[in-house]
Amino acid sequence: MAKVYIPTSLRRLTGGQTHVEVEAQDVASLLEELEQRFPGLRREVLDEQGAVHRFVNVYVNEREIDDLGGLSTPLKAEDEVAVIPAMAGGAVGRPFTLEQAQRYARHIILPEIGPVGQRKLLNAKVVLIGAGGLGSPAALYLAAAGVGTIGIVDFDAVDITNLHRQILHGHSQIGRPKVESARDRLADINPDVQVVAHNEPISSENALEILGQYDIVVNGSDNFATRYLVNDACYLLGKPLVDGSIFRFEGQATVFMPGKGCYRCLFPSPPPPGAVPSCAEAGVLGVLPGIIGTIQAIETIKLILGLGEPLVNRLLLFDSLAMEFREVKIRRDPGCPLCGDNPTVTELIDYEAFCGAPAREVPAGEAVSVR
Amino acid sequence: MAVEVRVPSVLRAVTRGEKVVRGSGSTVAALLDDLEGRFPGIRGQVVEPDGTLRRFVNVYVNDEDIRYTGQLETPLRSGDVVSILPAIAGGR
Repeated sequence: MAKVYIPTSLRRLTGGQTHVEVEAQDVASLLEELEQRFPGLRREVLDEQGAVHRFVNVYVNEREIDDLGGLSTPLKAEDEVAVIPAMAGGAVGRPFTLEQAQRYARHIILPEIGPVGQRKLLNAKVVLIGAGGLGSPAALYLAAAGVGTIGIVDFDAVDITNLHRQILHGHSQIGRPKVESARDRLADINPDVQVVAHNEPISSENALEILGQYDIVVNGSDNFATRYLVNDACYLLGKPLVDGSIFRFEGQATVFMPGKGCYRCLFPSPPPPGAVPSCAEAGVLGVLPGIIGTIQAIETIKLILGLGEPLVNRLLLFDSLAMEFREVKIRRDPGCPLCGDNPTVTELIDYEAFCGAPAREVPAGEAVSVR
Repeated sequence: MAVEVRVPSVLRAVTRGEKVVRGSGSTVAALLDDLEGRFPGIRGQVVEPDGTLRRFVNVYVNDEDIRYTGQLETPLRSGDVVSILPAIAGGR
């Protein structure tokens, strides 16, 4: 008796059964036997010519039958046969493995995602600026969703003061570089994901080279210099920027699409140093970046899949105490020095000078760089 | 024109902790003068000494940035919601 795994999308034909046992000599007979017991099942697997549909794979003991004997692949007792939906046409990559089809089953059966959408997620490359309060939930959900390549840019080590909000990291990781803590945690969430660790501060020297390797940038940075740097780099590279920020009990989120406004259109100049307290100075509700960072993950997934209405030209405002979401409009400013009609910023500048403050705290004894 | 003004967290010291205050004025400039009377210092959070808008604090009437609707001369109608929105960056 071979044991056959029935994918979610076909269980309506098998009365909900996820596994059925079938006695058959080979895969072709197995499908005949299944048709006898569950009418309608065969045409879900085979086309009119009797070949397996392009969007379905059949595995015997986790090997695709194309690598074995096709429909003539012989079956022995205790063999495990799995029928798995793959991607629907197009040269978009390998079929899903059995494990992937199970892992992403709840995505694949959504008509709006399907195998094609899941393959887009697996092919996508997203970089997170910061693996902190915002980066943590964003990274966790993007990895769970199967975003195939996740880059993380963070030069910090995990500190105990991070743990009330930076849920990517745990107590056991205190003292480790955040990118390493992130890599281990995300590998556990989803081994499909390749995590690229950029254990360095992002600067005018490396921003274009790092961000240029990815499709979408998710900003979870914690200072204005980095915000303007990442904004400028994304515009110059033509990459969408999924932006989020938090302060005490409030948060903001938006998507900057090149050509439709940028961070400089929204805030042409940074506040003078000291005008806006940091989280260390003012405090922050730990769970707050969980909301904004997760919203950033949703927006990133929507961009990858081309689904829904992204927060382009919309600034989402969240007040956790009132539990209120509001929106204001963002416009491209024709006078913007970066993305306006007559740009004056055509390359990355000295952002620390622009903001009048360093991009990061410099540990005692370390050299301070001007840029 | 009686309007509702939403005050961001970072500016609430000036409004004695109030998140929502009421004010009136036919334009944003008039509203700020009205608010300054009751909350001294609030105008300076939004407007530079030379009278121009600060570039890291935005003012919205309903959902429109006043930079595009007449700046400080943006007209107000009864029931409008004016939001003051500063740049925030979180951090550490």
